[in-house]
Parts: sequence; C-alpha cells; structure tokens
Amino acid sequence: MANVTLRNVRKTYPGGFEAIKGVDVDVGDGQFCVLVGPSGCGKSTLLRMVAGLETVTGGEIDIGGRVVNQVEPADRDIAMVFQNYALYPHMSVYNNMAYGLRNRGMAEAEIKTRVEEAARILELAPMLERKPRQLSGGQRQRVAMGRAIVRQPKVFLFDEPLSNLDAKLRIAMRVEIRKLQRRLNTTSIYVTHDQLEAMTLADILVVMNGGQVEQIGNPLAIYEKPATTFVASFIGAPPMNLMSTQPDEIKSQLGSNGRATEAGILGIRPEDFVITDQTPTGGVALPLAVEAIERVGAETFVYGSRQQDEERVAANPGELPPGDVIVRVPGTEAPAIGQKIRVAAVREKLHLFSGDGRTRIEV
Amino acid sequence: MVEEEGFRRYVAHVILWIGIAIVAFPVYLAFIASTQDNALIANGQMSLLPGGHFLEVYYQTIFIGTSGSTREPVGNMMLNSLVMALLIAVGKIAISIISAYAIVYFRFPFRMPIFWIIFITLMLPVEVRIYPTYKIVADLHMLDSYAGLSLPLIASATATLLFRQFFMTVPDELLEASRIDGAGPFRFFWDTLLPLSRTNMAALFVILFILGWNQYLWPLLITTRDDMQTIQVGIRKMITTTDALTEWPVVMATAVLAMLPPVFVVVVMQKLFVRGLVETEK
Repeated sequence: MANVTLRNVRKTYPGGFEAIKGVDVDVGDGQFCVLVGPSGCGKSTLLRMVAGLETVTGGEIDIGGRVVNQVEPADRDIAMVFQNYALYPHMSVYNNMAYGLRNRGMAEAEIKTRVEEAARILELAPMLERKPRQLSGGQRQRVAMGRAIVRQPKVFLFDEPLSNLDAKLRIAMRVEIRKLQRRLNTTSIYVTHDQLEAMTLADILVVMNGGQVEQIGNPLAIYEKPATTFVASFIGAPPMNLMSTQPDEIKSQLGSNGRATEAGILGIRPEDFVITDQTPTGGVALPLAVEAIERVGAETFVYGSRQQDEERVAANPGELPPGDVIVRVPGTEAPAIGQKIRVAAVREKLHLFSGDGRTRIEV
Repeated sequence: MVEEEGFRRYVAHVILWIGIAIVAFPVYLAFIASTQDNALIANGQMSLLPGGHFLEVYYQTIFIGTSGSTREPVGNMMLNSLVMALLIAVGKIAISIISAYAIVYFRFPFRMPIFWIIFITLMLPVEVRIYPTYKIVADLHMLDSYAGLSLPLIASATATLLFRQFFMTVPDELLEASRIDGAGPFRFFWDTLLPLSRTNMAALFVILFILGWNQYLWPLLITTRDDMQTIQVGIRKMITTTDALTEWPVVMATAVLAMLPPVFVVVVMQKLFVRGLVETEK
C-alpha cells in the first residue's frame, strides 16, 4: 500500500532530447492512475522511470514515502505488466510466476501458496505446467498479471497491457483488471493510448502531450471540462468539434455570453448537438450540409460541412478538417446525404478556449 | 510438392539414385577396401564385395596401427582428435557466448572498438597468422599438448557474431522483466539467456565439432610425438611409406573410423537444432 508522488520529474536524453518536461502527479494509496496520450507523448517513458528502467534526470519519484530515484527496479517494490507480456518463454507458467519470488529467497512452500492463489484468481490453475507458447494471447496476459500479483507489490505498473489483444478480449480484460485492482486495492499506474480504456479504468486520469501534463483529474471532470483544446479533442470519441469564434455567424451568437468575447476557439461535443430549427438562448446553432453518415447501431454519426472558408484553429490529433462538424444522433434515424440541416447546442454544453487553445474560458 | 505421374516420376527417381551412387560410392569403396586382404588390393584385384578380414583389420587399426610407418594405434589418434574437437567446440561456445553477452548487454568504455577488433579477427584465420601463433604456442611450451592443439583455434569471431545477432533478437522486455524480478546480470544470463540459446549452441556445436575434427594443418605443425597425433594427420602419414607396401585396408579402415564421430554428432544434434529452427521460443 503506497502513494506514488512525482515531483517535477524530468527526462533528458544524452542527445539533448527532452522526453519529459517536468511532471507532477500524486497517486493516492490504492488509486488507479491512467496516463493517456498520443504515441510519443512520454507516457511510457514516465512509467518506465517509475519502474526504474529509465534513469531520472530531474525531480523526484517517491513510492510509499521513499525517494527511489537511485533504487534498483527489483528493490522498488513494484511489479510491471509489459505490452508484449515478456514471459520467460522457456519456463512453465508456474515458474514464470515463481521466478521473482525465488530470486528473493522465498521459501518454496510460500511460493507455492502464492502462485496457486494467483492461479485461482486468474483461472490459470489448469495450465500451470504449460509453456507460454502453448497459451492464447488472453491467457498469456493473465500469466503476466499473475507474475505481478504474486509479488504483492506496493504498486502495479501496466504498460499498454491490452493492446496486443483483439477488441472483444480487450474489453473483457479491461473489466477484469479493474475488478482485480479494486479487490487487491493496490496502487496502480496504467499507460494507454486508448481514451476509452483511460476513461473506464481511471480514478485519476493524466492526459499527456509532448512530455507535459495537459490535465489531471477525475475522468468525467476532464470530459466535462477539458482544460485545453488538446484534451478536448483527445478525450471523447468521436472528438469534440472545434471551431474558430471569428466568423460572424458564430460571433453574433456568442456575443451576449459574458467572457465569450475573449475566446478564440469554440468546442462542442458531437453528442451535445441536436438537430433542430430553433436556436436555444445563449446557445449556438449551425447550418450544415450532410456529407456522410456512419450508423453504429445505437447511435449514428452525421458528418456535415459548414461550407464556408475558415482558418484552421489548432493542430490536434483526431481533429476534423476546418469547417467539418460531427453530430451524434441516437438510433439509426438520420438525415439523407446532401440534405441541409440545422444543429444546435445549449449554452451549458459550449466549451470556450483562448485563441491558442491552451486555456479554458468559463462563461 | 508436385506429384509427377508414371514415366516422368521414374526418370526423376533414376536421376536421384545416380546422384546418390556418385556420392556414396567412394565411401562404399573405402569400407570394402578396409575388409580386404592387402595383397589383393596391391595386385589391383580388389573385389567390390566385402572381404572376410573385417574384424582382423579393424582390430589391428584401432589397437595396433600400421606395422610400418607410424605404429600408432588409431584408437589413440581418435581420442586425440576427439579431445581436440570437443575442446575447440566447447571452448569456442563458452568464450563466444560470454563475450557476446558483454557486447550486447553492457555499456562499457570502448565497447564498439572492442566489437570491431573481434570482428576484424575474422580476416585472420590460423593459416594467415600461422607463424606468430606457432611462436606463441612454442614459447608457452604448449607444443605436443591438448592446450596447444585447441587454444589457438578457440579464439574466433564467428561464434561471437552469431550469438550477438541472436541476443539482439531477444526482446528487451525480457531483460527488464528479469530486473524487476530481482535477477542480476549473472542470473539473467544463466536463467534466461542460456536456456534460450540452447538451440543456437547445438547448431554451433555441430559446426565447430566438425571444424575441429577436420583440422589438418595446425595439428601437423605442432605435434611431433606420435602419441599426440590426430587422426587426420595420421591418415596422411600412413599412406606415405618409404620402403614398404602401403597398408591400404588399415588406411581405409582409418578413413572410415574418421568419418564416424562427425556423422554421429550430426545425427544426434540434428534433431535438437531442427526442432530449434521450427519452434519459435521468443
């Protein structure tokens, strides 16, 4: 049981490349912290620094009240689940789980108890004598988890553990990881690039970009009040529609809204739009020409174009071309392609950001 | 494979059998000659069927040797060759795997220069550096010894390179998992890397054993005593006789005996390394 605290943690590679530019995160005892961000944002590097696999070039990493910057990975009391599982291919499932315990000089009887307990929890008992290559992807994943839990560490570290599994298994394992973590109540740090995994698993969500933390907080709070346009477009799928507030069409609608005049970028989530001819007071309505329809079953995404020239507002992952808007409508009812529609969002669902996208403006 | 029909199939088989005959005939001839009477061979009247002197000739070859030229039992020569080949194979694997481990997994000063120096020795086989090598071995008083026979051939870059390439394909996460599991450099090497290299070691052992067994020039130079002679050198010496008839049955029996250990090694180890090539254990 332990807190994990990162204080102004930095990583500069010998070549001068700054991978982590000062990160402060505090993960409370038993909490599940998810680091999420696009590839290359430094989330895996940060996790590996906590594990002790990468050196820390600045700041402090504190696990359970002890600064571990100079401590060997084995002595940090952590366990890690790797993306490719990193099971020892020549050892049986049992030995894979027992190896770390044996290296610590634990008595064979105690090892047996712990491995069997882990195997029972993870439903691996019938395959303890098998080699990793005789297991399916999901089973290997469980063995990797088993290897972590037999150690009974202070902290679990997960490095994209589900990305090698197929979509269905990924969802099943996601739920299992969450249940297991709740049950063992072990502080966990989990790295993923999948915003859905991040949203569903996290107690604390850390959104990273370019070696820096964009926003830290409760996943729903982040979803409801993204601090920057980066977070706004990264969290939530499909991404938030971002548009400049400069065109008269939008400017005139926002005019009456307190600090809205300071805003440079307006964001509206696809799910907050309604197809209607009315304009809600204080809200925003947009005329669209329907260009594409995606029917997913429970919901349908309408891709519309505002058909007017507009400058690009920010370069963010998953962002739509300027002038394009996604609208989510429930069910399979949707306008036809080419049809002109009008969509509107109420005042409470508008997100306003400064012109550079770095600051959120509350109205 | 395409199934050929009727006539074409027979033609293919006939061609294959001719090929086998061409390769196998000299071996057969050597065996036949080793079972015949020497006088018959010397007269040019050797039969193509096995003669009746099998036990007698092989007994003489293994335990007594030729009556003229060397007078060294071939059994002893085989022992010498075996010791040399095993020392070379085992020594090379042991040294190479350790040096490859150092080069791949440790960051030490002049790592790359050291790697290149090892690499460059590929261009300097024993034949090229034979004089200085002989001088060193002589100065170390290792002439006519197993150490002298094997040491100069143990130091080589090929096996180091092979293990280096293999180690580089082992995922880094295995090392990291070992570190988290509390395994130091020695434990990682012993518990993880060595078991994973098993099939590579088997393949190398086959190649190196045969290489060592077939050495001719180096043993010829540094062994002068008859009891340190290797079988490859011995065969040559048996053939050259100054004032007597070459004892062909004994020579041929020696040739047949010289073939057996490499064949045995290939047959035994082949299973291991073919299995190693089939199953991917990474």
